[in-house]
Amino acid sequence: MNLWKEYLHPQTVQEAVEALASATPPVIPIAGGTDLMLDLQQGNHAPVHTLVDLTGIAELRALEIRGEKLFIGAGVPHNRIVESPLVQEHAQSLVEACGLIGGPQVRNSATLGGNVAHALPAADGMIGLLALEAEAEVAAPTGRRLQPLQELFLGPGKSSLKADEIIVGFTLPLRKPHQASAFNRVMRAQGIALPILNLAAWLERDGETIRAARISVGPAGPTPFRARQTEAFLAGKIFSPETILGAQESLLAEAKFRTSPARATAEYRRELVVVLLKNALSKAWDRAK
Amino acid sequence: MKKTQLSLTVNGQTYTLAPIPGETLADLLRKRLHLTGTKIGCNEAECGACTVIMDGEPVLSCSTPAERADGKSITTIEGLAPAPLRLPPNSANLGGVPRRGEGGAEGGLHPLQEAFVTHGAVQCGFCIPGQIMTSYALLQKNPRPTSADIRHALKDTLCRCAGYPTIENSILAAAKALETGEPVAGPEVPPSAEQGQVIGRVQIRPDAVEKVTGAAIFTDDLTFENMLFSAVKRAGVPHAFVTKIDISKARALPGVVAVMTAADIPGEHLHGLVIFDWPVMVGVGERVRYVGDAIAIVAAETQEIAKEAVALIEVEFDLQPVISSAVQAREDGQPQIHAKGNLLKHIKVRKGDPEIGFAEADVVLEHTFHTPATDHLFMEPECSIAVPLADGRMEVYVGSQIPYQDRTQVSRALGWPEERVRIVGQLMGGGFGGKEDIAGQIHAALLANLTGRPVKLLFDRHESLIVHPKRHATQIKVKLGAKKDGTLTAAKTELYGDTGAYASLGEKVLTRATTHSAGPYKIPHVHADCYAMYTNNPPAGAFRGFGVLQSAFAFETMMDNLAETLGMDRVELRRKNALRVGDETSTGQVMRESAGLVECIDKVSGEMCQVSGLSRAELFKARPVPGAPHLVHAWGFASAFKNTGLGGGADDTSGAEVELYSDGSFQVRSAAAELGQGLVTIMQMVVAEELSVPSRQVSVLVMDTDLTPNGGPTTASRQTYVTGNASRLAARTLREAICATLAEKYDLAPDQIRFSAAGVQVNGQTLSMQQVYSEMKAAGKDPRVLYEYHAPETKPLGQGGDMHVAFSFASQAAEVEINTNTGEVRVLRVISANDVGRAINPLGLRGQVEGGVVMGVGHALLENFITKDGYVVTDRMSRYRIPSIMHMPEITAIVVEDPAKDGPYGAKGVGEIVLIPTPPAITNAIYNAVGVRFDYLPVDQEKLLWAMRENTRTA
Repeated sequence: MNLWKEYLHPQTVQEAVEALASATPPVIPIAGGTDLMLDLQQGNHAPVHTLVDLTGIAELRALEIRGEKLFIGAGVPHNRIVESPLVQEHAQSLVEACGLIGGPQVRNSATLGGNVAHALPAADGMIGLLALEAEAEVAAPTGRRLQPLQELFLGPGKSSLKADEIIVGFTLPLRKPHQASAFNRVMRAQGIALPILNLAAWLERDGETIRAARISVGPAGPTPFRARQTEAFLAGKIFSPETILGAQESLLAEAKFRTSPARATAEYRRELVVVLLKNALSKAWDRAK
Repeated sequence: MKKTQLSLTVNGQTYTLAPIPGETLADLLRKRLHLTGTKIGCNEAECGACTVIMDGEPVLSCSTPAERADGKSITTIEGLAPAPLRLPPNSANLGGVPRRGEGGAEGGLHPLQEAFVTHGAVQCGFCIPGQIMTSYALLQKNPRPTSADIRHALKDTLCRCAGYPTIENSILAAAKALETGEPVAGPEVPPSAEQGQVIGRVQIRPDAVEKVTGAAIFTDDLTFENMLFSAVKRAGVPHAFVTKIDISKARALPGVVAVMTAADIPGEHLHGLVIFDWPVMVGVGERVRYVGDAIAIVAAETQEIAKEAVALIEVEFDLQPVISSAVQAREDGQPQIHAKGNLLKHIKVRKGDPEIGFAEADVVLEHTFHTPATDHLFMEPECSIAVPLADGRMEVYVGSQIPYQDRTQVSRALGWPEERVRIVGQLMGGGFGGKEDIAGQIHAALLANLTGRPVKLLFDRHESLIVHPKRHATQIKVKLGAKKDGTLTAAKTELYGDTGAYASLGEKVLTRATTHSAGPYKIPHVHADCYAMYTNNPPAGAFRGFGVLQSAFAFETMMDNLAETLGMDRVELRRKNALRVGDETSTGQVMRESAGLVECIDKVSGEMCQVSGLSRAELFKARPVPGAPHLVHAWGFASAFKNTGLGGGADDTSGAEVELYSDGSFQVRSAAAELGQGLVTIMQMVVAEELSVPSRQVSVLVMDTDLTPNGGPTTASRQTYVTGNASRLAARTLREAICATLAEKYDLAPDQIRFSAAGVQVNGQTLSMQQVYSEMKAAGKDPRVLYEYHAPETKPLGQGGDMHVAFSFASQAAEVEINTNTGEVRVLRVISANDVGRAINPLGLRGQVEGGVVMGVGHALLENFITKDGYVVTDRMSRYRIPSIMHMPEITAIVVEDPAKDGPYGAKGVGEIVLIPTPPAITNAIYNAVGVRFDYLPVDQEKLLWAMRENTRTA
């Protein structure tokens, strides 16, 4: 009853996807392992023969500007994201989201790639990233592709990645003048340390007008949610209490909240989402000066 | 891609090891390198106790694959001090006192370790390696952390003793010392108002050094040659009859050495602390009463095989309807789960006639309250190791709050005389009442007896949560009458307590809940009725506060209700009715002395005004927060009392033995338990005081049924009082014996012999303690005294008179912040005044006060052990949250010393009172802030939001 039988240490992305395709099954990749190890230890994961450790792959730990994009390797631990001046400059909502997760021990291990693999609809890192219009670089044995972040999620715990695919990293547009983002969330004192609700907002400012906005919310459906109607509503509006009120109404109309037993009712989430939206928009607005 | 060898550096030493499939870094460090300073508290990445540094960053070794450490450099707690002190495994039995020649490690400590020691951040010590390693990583990156930085870094490194304030201060002090090169600054803790040579002054725990170096040995850190590992098949259903047990597959599994069921128990089948009603294992045809009932036990060559074997045991049940609450258990037509029925005990308090009091009252209020079961969540899960000896005896290594009771229960199950069993108590990673009952002691002993090999039984956190007794869930109805001027005229209370499947200490706990259910007030007419009910939930037993936490929540909420109804100041209402000397409690006990409640009330209310800058009239009003219109602040207030000692007519006895050794050192011994609360420090201090020697000259040995006299149970805030007295009187008697011997030899009156730190002065010359030892031996006197201390006699409930030898009193004020947009609650500040009689060790006392407040915050806002139809929902640490450093309010500790005549130097108990007023102080503050009254715990933020909205609508 060992947690695994074989443990592989690929050094390149190619080695990793080949190992996932050809090693003794069942085979799965492990990055930070903060969720996977617990699932294995507690018997919540189907038995595994081979673990393919992705943390030795240099490319997955890259964090750099590539042309007009910021590249964050899928294996970069949360702590490095939080401390990185590049991420602080270009992805404030991601810094705020990653800084709130766990303690330093977990943040040292947990990765954004693992967030995708675990595919929770309200993972802080994913919500922080989603509002930044991030794309994922996916590696398969046959080659690589860029895919919008949201397409990676099929449902709670289900990603669209095939068994022999891994995420190499995420790319997001560099922040331009008068653009900014923000993230906030509400936790519950009791029970599992997952947010009751989290929300990230990105906007571009043109004087007193919102030129464009992006809103992501979790959990508001089976996958991380982009509030596109609300984004459309905000575009071109003067930033004012009336606009925020309108955005709140729009968000309530398009987001589908559900009741989680012993955690939060859908009604409570509706109360919280208007608070979180206002806070995040106001914070991003001030930052976008 | 596959590694055949792992190469890693640990604490500067390079190791090359073959990988083991499935191995975690924690297992590699603990099992292969024997670096047992790294602790496993949860094995689910929740508690942080297993934190080590990997290439400069803190990681959780319990959820890090060992293979990931290949090529990396690891630092564990053992690697922090340049010359770590390693004491022999049995040093736990010395209360951790480094023997002479083994000490001197202090010089080698890292400033963080030194600060944790001197500031008193070390209590049970189990979490300390994780705390220090996480702090170390912080200081490496951020040499000058602020309090906010520290809280952010230690957010997920839990301490159940909740020494968070001192942990924070320790880190600040260490950072300063590292920066300036100056020595680590000590803590600011005022001494007692009355100090002796040792008593009343700040004293460092005797086991603190080994607890910060990783040298401290807890039970799971021990390994014996040829040792087997065991696991228990649990029923997994809350109520059923067992119809079939098939162990054949388990037995056939290679590596399995023994499988036992109830049919194989050689002795008694039932165990228990007061009532023997708890089956060691449930056999075919017998009744399962909760999910944690044991069906079979397995011993195997490895832990993994033992667990695999348990999974192969097949059990068939005839399921029965489930009783899931105390109220349901008393209804007609319910199944009766014990032969005598579902009622464990109807407990009654009768004083006067409440109907008369209610008739005299101008106001009568009535309300019903609910409190949930809660878990102790001591950081160290239960572990027992049974070791059969060649001479036919059995040793059981275990951290237990009642070693002699363990001996009784283990020997009963084996069918042996008690003397054949020896309980060798180990350091305990917290207990809080949760290590009074049998956990794995009997099962380990049965398997060791059958196999003839040592057997370890270690609970994981999941098993710990499901199996051991909890705090009683209660329903409490309070009816309270008062005159217009606030004089209380009558109280009537009705309590339902859910004692779960087995009695444990249920009757005692709920008796305390009942006798304290009308608060620390003078009320002429009190009736209380409590129904202690069996249910199919996990058993409920002792837990810090022992029932009084529950009844104080109900009554202190009613007191605030009453103050509001009468338009009276809530502090004044309590002050007016507070028990004073000359007043009589609900059970008819007249307070003759040591009733410091009024002083507690006055000091807390004064401090509240002082720190807030508000007048008394303004204190309890809601205050908006400038610049944050969604936030509201307010203070809340509560008081409480709690008995010291068993009382109720029980023989409250403790034995202690003090011996002078040839090297001039003393040892004090008792089987009282050290669970982190600091008893060993108290014992050391009182013996040093009585013999006028420095405390380092006194070692302490506790919890060994062969070597230490029975100290009774470590419960009821009793040990400072009873074992403190036993130690003091044993030392005093030894001193008298020394005087008598020297007086005879030197032909002096005994009172002309003086004891001093340098030795004993006789005729102008000073004899060292080595010389005194020689003189005693030469005179044919054994320099050793065993003293059995009997606390003053008490009366059983219902007979009036003294039910308890003493009461501790407390008042607390809590300031909360409510987010009116989300319902979130933060506790900003708590002022806690406790009448402890006498502060023997102000440093240990501070830790108890702060830890109690934080645990109280947990009970108010976080903690809820949830069962559904007898099944445990909160069966992982991730589902049962306890306070982290983020929940720590700013705490002001005020010590009130109204001495108890028979307590050692006037001391009475403190372990429980410190937590009791916190929940109602917080919920009263919530009401004062936003007008929402909570009649249940813990506070639910969503419900708070809805209630605030409802108030707005109806306003």
